[in-house]
Amino acid sequence: MDPFLLEALVNGILLGGVFALPVLGLNLVFGVVDVVWLCYAELVMVGMYAVWFFYSQMGWPLPLAFAVCIGLVAVLGVLLHLLVVRPLLTQPPINQVLATGGVLFVLQGVATLIFSTEFRALGVDMPPMEVGEVFVSGTKLAAFGAALLGAGALWAFLKFTYVGTAIRAIARDREVMPLMGVDPQRIYLIASAIGGALAGLAACLLIVQLDVHPFVGLSFGPITFMICVMGGLGNMLGGFLAAFLMGLIISVGGFWGTTELSYVVAFAFFIVVMFIRPQGLFAR
Amino acid sequence: MTAPLTAGLLLVALAAVPLLGPPDYLMHVLITVLLTALAGTGWAMMGRYGLVSFGHGAFLGIAAYTMALLWNEAGLTPWLGIPIGMGVAVLAGMLLAYPAFKLRVVGHYFALVTLAAGEIVRILIVAMREHTGGSLGLTPAKPPPGAGWLAMQFDKTGFWYIALIAWALGLVCWFLLDRSMSSRALAAISEDEDAAASIGIRVTSEKMKVTVISVALAALAGALTAQYRQYLNPESLAGLGISLQIVFGAIAGGMYAPIGPTIGAAITIGLEEGLRIFFGTELTGAAPLVYGLLLVMFMLFMPRGIAGLFERRAQRRATPAPAAAE
Repeated sequence: MDPFLLEALVNGILLGGVFALPVLGLNLVFGVVDVVWLCYAELVMVGMYAVWFFYSQMGWPLPLAFAVCIGLVAVLGVLLHLLVVRPLLTQPPINQVLATGGVLFVLQGVATLIFSTEFRALGVDMPPMEVGEVFVSGTKLAAFGAALLGAGALWAFLKFTYVGTAIRAIARDREVMPLMGVDPQRIYLIASAIGGALAGLAACLLIVQLDVHPFVGLSFGPITFMICVMGGLGNMLGGFLAAFLMGLIISVGGFWGTTELSYVVAFAFFIVVMFIRPQGLFAR
Repeated sequence: MTAPLTAGLLLVALAAVPLLGPPDYLMHVLITVLLTALAGTGWAMMGRYGLVSFGHGAFLGIAAYTMALLWNEAGLTPWLGIPIGMGVAVLAGMLLAYPAFKLRVVGHYFALVTLAAGEIVRILIVAMREHTGGSLGLTPAKPPPGAGWLAMQFDKTGFWYIALIAWALGLVCWFLLDRSMSSRALAAISEDEDAAASIGIRVTSEKMKVTVISVALAALAGALTAQYRQYLNPESLAGLGISLQIVFGAIAGGMYAPIGPTIGAAITIGLEEGLRIFFGTELTGAAPLVYGLLLVMFMLFMPRGIAGLFERRAQRRATPAPAAAE
């Protein structure tokens, strides 16, 4: 096989790993709370700034900066739920989407005010590794591993803990679960916190490979939504698989054409999927 | 016949604005408000029937770039370029909307499909950088001396009239639609698509009709904005940012009343300019911050927008039964 094509394939899978975390977070929140967080990518942006600030400006060790970032974005997720989403739970979905869209502008505005529009880089890099005939960026590989670990931890949590079971149950039937003694408000809160924490983890993995600026969310936000919907909104496994599919399309598309056109192909693919299988590619 | 009379008087009053000799800056703000209002009015044509598009920026961009490229590369006057640009935008809108409606992509899904389409247009504009200038933007060529009218390059007064006519056209479309059967049909469709279809409403064709009007108005707004600024940029004429701004303006003002999107445009532009004046350019981040907060507040406390307040008051006056009857 052409080594460059092989490299594109490997990079596509690595890119899929990057998309996977925000997709899982969004899907969790949507599946449980039934609200789309339009500002999800902006939560990731805040997390990226947090890591940059604590590591590059305050001189904290990187793991500590990561931990604080994850905690901080989890708290943001909870605040978002309490202040914006909860009062709107009975409103039409479009009002909820628009309100979280308002939060998107707020976060961009706050970031611009505090950090200006300058691009900030972490400046952490790991040496590339040679796997067979292909060179793989060490940073990307490490990020990919961490993304898989995060996804695995989420899966284990949902599968093996009591709260995880309650979350899955309420995602399946929100009318009956209150009768079984599950407090939906508490579950919503926990899901929002986990959704936020996943955005924080995604931020840690993105900041090592991407410069952060107030509008960085717009560069990967739209595509994460599309991946979610393509996998079937609320369908965690579907979203996870769709993330890798999208990563491959973009990476291999970039191998044959330009990166820009590969995004056009990816978006067009999304539209076609919506026309043919609006319930999602991997819906049962 | 009071409504048309009031509208006529208002239009005459607005047409007389340049005669008062307002400062250039004020004219600039007013023209921007009118053009933004036109885009919002176009968006609300669909939005108020539950067809929420997050990709209307794309239509502004398609029309504006078609017009500018025809002028720069073929020397075709914008007077023809704008209708052609609108035609191309409407065609693109139909190409997207027809399968979406036919295959019943609704709600969230429709919003996301339009979002994807908007991003595609933005990326394509950037990718065709040999012609469009990519992210750096594009400036329409200067006309030969004395041919300013051919290039549609006027001073602020001239553009005030163009913007005013375009804006009024948007409102006329709104009223005509409101009086037609289509308005009733669309209201029924937005309540319950299956029920509407079962009483013989042709769901897809009614939706297509309103989409064509909506896209055409947004496209006109985009082309005129580009022509007024004499500068085109993919971020400000296509993509998610501008699309959400259009949506915000229309929602804040109120998308169920004809004047709502105009109120919304006045608020967003007024806010942006006001913040710029009071805080200076180094605080540009404050503008999205404030109108993001406002958007959240509107959703929380008055989801029908500012025009919604008057609407409720008018309804209370019209119906003798007090609100306690609910």
